[in-house]
Amino acid sequence: MTSLLLSTMETVPGHVIRKHLGLVQGSSVRSKHFGRDLMASLKNMVGGELKGYTELLQETRDEALERMQAEAVSIGANAVLNVRLATSSVATGAAEVFAYGTAVVLEALPATA
Amino acid sequence: MDSLFPLILFGVLLVTGFIFGGIAERCHYASIRERERQLADILLVPGKQPPEGLGDCSTAFVCGSAVIGMDYFKKALAAFVNFLGGRIGAYETLVERARREAILRMKEEARRENGRYICNIKFSTANIMGQKAKQAGCVEVIAYGTAIVPHDS
Repeated sequence: MTSLLLSTMETVPGHVIRKHLGLVQGSSVRSKHFGRDLMASLKNMVGGELKGYTELLQETRDEALERMQAEAVSIGANAVLNVRLATSSVATGAAEVFAYGTAVVLEALPATA
Repeated sequence: MDSLFPLILFGVLLVTGFIFGGIAERCHYASIRERERQLADILLVPGKQPPEGLGDCSTAFVCGSAVIGMDYFKKALAAFVNFLGGRIGAYETLVERARREAILRMKEEARRENGRYICNIKFSTANIMGQKAKQAGCVEVIAYGTAIVPHDS
């Protein structure tokens, strides 16, 4: 999975796009257990970073990206360009992260001296 | 006496929020400024193309996120200002802290990948805590972009 290149740009320096395979996407909805929610609401009294929720967001995002990569691999791409992330809250204490991008087949250009 | 209890609780929460929230915010700002100095050599490029004349380089997807909550005192203050209308400073610092923290974490990831620039940066903001008035006042920011790693370094 690590061989797949992700980029928020439309082109990759030193590479040329050989094939365009269309949109790939992945999404994930996750929540933390009740204890974490309770701790977060207590922490919210004094403000500051809510570590439990930062972690939740990170896990959700990684999973959404992984699903998108899996879809890209399954259609034979070796890179996903123009990656975008969107987040929304579907329920209290749950996060939804949606990742999408364009699957392409990249080919490295001969190195320029 | 019984009817006084909620009032006392409100007062205690207000004071704790004011004192600890204030300390936490000052510490956070100091830490943000310190780390921004350390990571200042990684350039952020919001444009779509990397800077010209870089030669051989590779790219890496980097992102950072932060969830920052607002203390009880500021929440009460914001509710009051919201009633009158106008600029709500309490919310401004909240969003600013979350955004700067997310950018810093993205830069830290770029540093681990030896990146020198981050191109095409995007932000996304969400709300996990729900829309209920009591629970509002917490903001989630994701910052992401493409790190450019020049090969000559």
